[in-house]
Amino acid sequence: MTTSTPTRPSATEPTTPIGRTSDYLDNRTGIGHAVKEFARKVFPDHWSFLLGEIALYSFVVLLITGTFLTMFFVPSMTLSTYEGEPATMHGLLMSDAFASTLRLSFEVRGGLLMRQIHHWAALVFMASIVTHMMRVFFTGAFRRPREFNWLIGFTLLLTGLLAGFTGYSLPDDVLSGNGLAIANGVVKSIPVIGSYMSYFIFGGDFPGEQIIPRLFTLHILLIPAIILALVALHLMFVVVHKHTQYPGGGRKDGNVVGFPLFPVYTAKAGGFFFVVFAVLSLMGATMAINTVWNYGPFDPSPVSAGAQPDWYMLFLEGSLRLMPGQAEFVSWGDFTWSLNVLVPAVLPVLLLIGFALYPFLEAKVTGDNREHHVLDRPRNRPTRTGIGMAFLAFFVILAFAGSNDLIATHFHLSINSITWFFRVLIFVGPWFAFWITKRICLGLQRKDRELVLHGHETGRIVRFASGEYIEVHRPLDEQERWVRVNYTAHRPLELPAPTGPKGTKDKSYKKAKRWAKLSRFFYEDRIEPVTPAELAASHSHGEHDALPGGEDHALVAPDHSVDATEQSH
Amino acid sequence: MSSKTTDVTVPHQDGDLERFPDPGIPEHKHRQADIDPKADKRAERQVVVLFTISVIGTIVALWAYFAVRPDGTVGGVRTSTMVLGLAIFFALAGIGVGAIHWAKTLMSDHEVVEDRHATRSPDDVREIAVQKLADGIKDSGIGRRGVLKGVVISALALFPLTIAVPLISSVGGDWNVGTFRTTLWKKGTRLTYDPTGRPIKASDVTIGSAVHVIPEVSEEYRQTGEWITEKAKALVLMVRLDPRDFKPFAKGRENWTYDGIIAFSKICTHVGCPVALYEQQTHHLLCPCHQSTFDVADGAKVVFGPAKRPLPQLPITVDSEGYLVAQDGFDEPIGPSFWERLR
Repeated sequence: MTTSTPTRPSATEPTTPIGRTSDYLDNRTGIGHAVKEFARKVFPDHWSFLLGEIALYSFVVLLITGTFLTMFFVPSMTLSTYEGEPATMHGLLMSDAFASTLRLSFEVRGGLLMRQIHHWAALVFMASIVTHMMRVFFTGAFRRPREFNWLIGFTLLLTGLLAGFTGYSLPDDVLSGNGLAIANGVVKSIPVIGSYMSYFIFGGDFPGEQIIPRLFTLHILLIPAIILALVALHLMFVVVHKHTQYPGGGRKDGNVVGFPLFPVYTAKAGGFFFVVFAVLSLMGATMAINTVWNYGPFDPSPVSAGAQPDWYMLFLEGSLRLMPGQAEFVSWGDFTWSLNVLVPAVLPVLLLIGFALYPFLEAKVTGDNREHHVLDRPRNRPTRTGIGMAFLAFFVILAFAGSNDLIATHFHLSINSITWFFRVLIFVGPWFAFWITKRICLGLQRKDRELVLHGHETGRIVRFASGEYIEVHRPLDEQERWVRVNYTAHRPLELPAPTGPKGTKDKSYKKAKRWAKLSRFFYEDRIEPVTPAELAASHSHGEHDALPGGEDHALVAPDHSVDATEQSH
Repeated sequence: MSSKTTDVTVPHQDGDLERFPDPGIPEHKHRQADIDPKADKRAERQVVVLFTISVIGTIVALWAYFAVRPDGTVGGVRTSTMVLGLAIFFALAGIGVGAIHWAKTLMSDHEVVEDRHATRSPDDVREIAVQKLADGIKDSGIGRRGVLKGVVISALALFPLTIAVPLISSVGGDWNVGTFRTTLWKKGTRLTYDPTGRPIKASDVTIGSAVHVIPEVSEEYRQTGEWITEKAKALVLMVRLDPRDFKPFAKGRENWTYDGIIAFSKICTHVGCPVALYEQQTHHLLCPCHQSTFDVADGAKVVFGPAKRPLPQLPITVDSEGYLVAQDGFDEPIGPSFWERLR
């Protein structure tokens, strides 16, 4: 290593201003390495990859507008009589938090705009996280090596919920105070420590005079810091793994096909930030949200029917509404178990956590330990797609149940019958969603097979000399075909012969048997991709001939006895 | 696992009957602007126009900030918000759409292929890494100094207590969760209207009406934060029924009403929302949050919804001046259930 190199004038002394600036920077930061590595980094193109970007950009918008709001918001519950605008609030006793929310809406120019953009951005942030997760789930992007990034993303979803709830509660209006009252009721239902948890949060009896400053610190410092750190980690892993890509010609697990970061993605992604910000500004400009001056300052007494939490909390609201009260009981020792509150609050969260662990379950039942960078088409993983839709159905049903009073008033139905309807639907709906989704996936796979084997319908009818009519089918070009045949139809795990000392009674054998059973649930119904041999057979033997020895390619498990080749005509 | 086997599309020999060959990247299709110089110029003009819209948007936004002042009314604030917001929309959308249009029409659209490598580090790198860690462990001697190891782990595990204990013990105030059981109601407290605090004469309560009630406290007390916390527990909903409509009262509660006037805690026994909706025909009280429904004529028993327990009843009577007063406080904790509620 020579130490004289950096000081010695190099042979290519820069002459242009840009050259000199770059030289100056690189001498001090070594940024050349990073530019060499990343400037032309390739990203694949697909609209669904923008969902995560929307989440990232709305978070940036949240930081920008949030900073604006902190300049004027006063996180204090000290009471005073309000003397400002609007006139309807004049002379009311209210906390500094509510008064400053009114002032920043009515007296700070652009303040209401910033508040509305901030609130809309929060709703869009959560919506884009959820849809981004759906994209990742249904295309199998969570598979090795991306399991950790899936978990980081899941944690971001939870922190996003917390950010939303703490922010929503800050203005100290009637509705947010009611939300806190509900949160307090849920916390109190926790066995043994519930009462103390309530004191821990409120610093005394609800609502006390501490909660707003506490939520403020969480909302503007702790939670954003955690989100920021997780986002950085999330993006770092995207760079390390390189982005996944949809299947297609030339796309393999060993490469990434797309456009370079500079200039194409700099322009596209950078431009997209401005588009997201622009749309959020448009929403903030034209759509009123959380008009706290219509609700008034917090008072524990009034409450309005039809009040809804922000959409991402609706599932908890819905599960609280559906649970029958009978679940509360008093046990030996006169201890009260409020399971009518605890179960609906905890169960959806436990289900969410179970959902977060799905990648590990799937890898186990698939016996799959390879790296995957080419995404699945959802139809090619019928069971996974079905499970995803079942989860989605569960949470969507809960969200609708959280609006049962609005459904009742809009459609003039009895609230009791709607609630009963949802109580049944929450058990039936997800199973139905699973079943129908899986059937649709299998149907689409059969359709793919038919297309590959027989080509597109052309609408051209030809009559043979024999008098037979046929419709001419145009074969698929190789790109169209490749998308439909390039997948693996996984088979259930095979149960290894018992090796332990106790034979089939051995614990390890029983465990393997259980996994094999679960694997059968995942993969017993499957449709194999068309092979060149099958295609050749279909061409040489005419449309209707089955492939000789087709039994080797079990298209569908025998117990379902539906042969895809027979289905296709 | 080697990186070779990560590829599901391993190249196929000709005549493979099991797998189709990968057709490779689709042929590049030229865009209009690639082949037609006029289209190229047109696209460039469009991008220029879009960025110009952004500049105009910014100017309008600045003008709007200074010129369109809100006048303090809801309508005025809405107008200034709308004008400023729309201008910002154009300022941002011009940049965003312009940049994307530029990238899509004028920048190269030839797909680039980059190789991936297995995420894991190669074997030789792993070996060196393991060796380095082993060297470090050897240098530190942690392996053979068992006591030292134990003490270091203990010290690191314990020190967070120095922050956590003071924080946690202070954050819950006085931790006197017994306050869940007490309200401002006691023997002789007058019932007053919420929010004015005016005492209620029994004769002023008409049959079928529902009255929102707070305990009588001083005007000054009602300006304090403490009052809001007390009010959150002491809220009462009072209704007057035709006495014949009552189902038989529970034992010991025969004298808790006054001339058809009955009072219950307004805090829902589910999660603590105010049970504010009274339906005169059915004598039902409905919680607007989660639709727990209580029957006022039947001791506020739950007839529907997620609550389990009836609303606690406040025993009432009238004083010598005819004003409604509490005979006593609630005989059970109000609001949502908690673990030691019955202890």
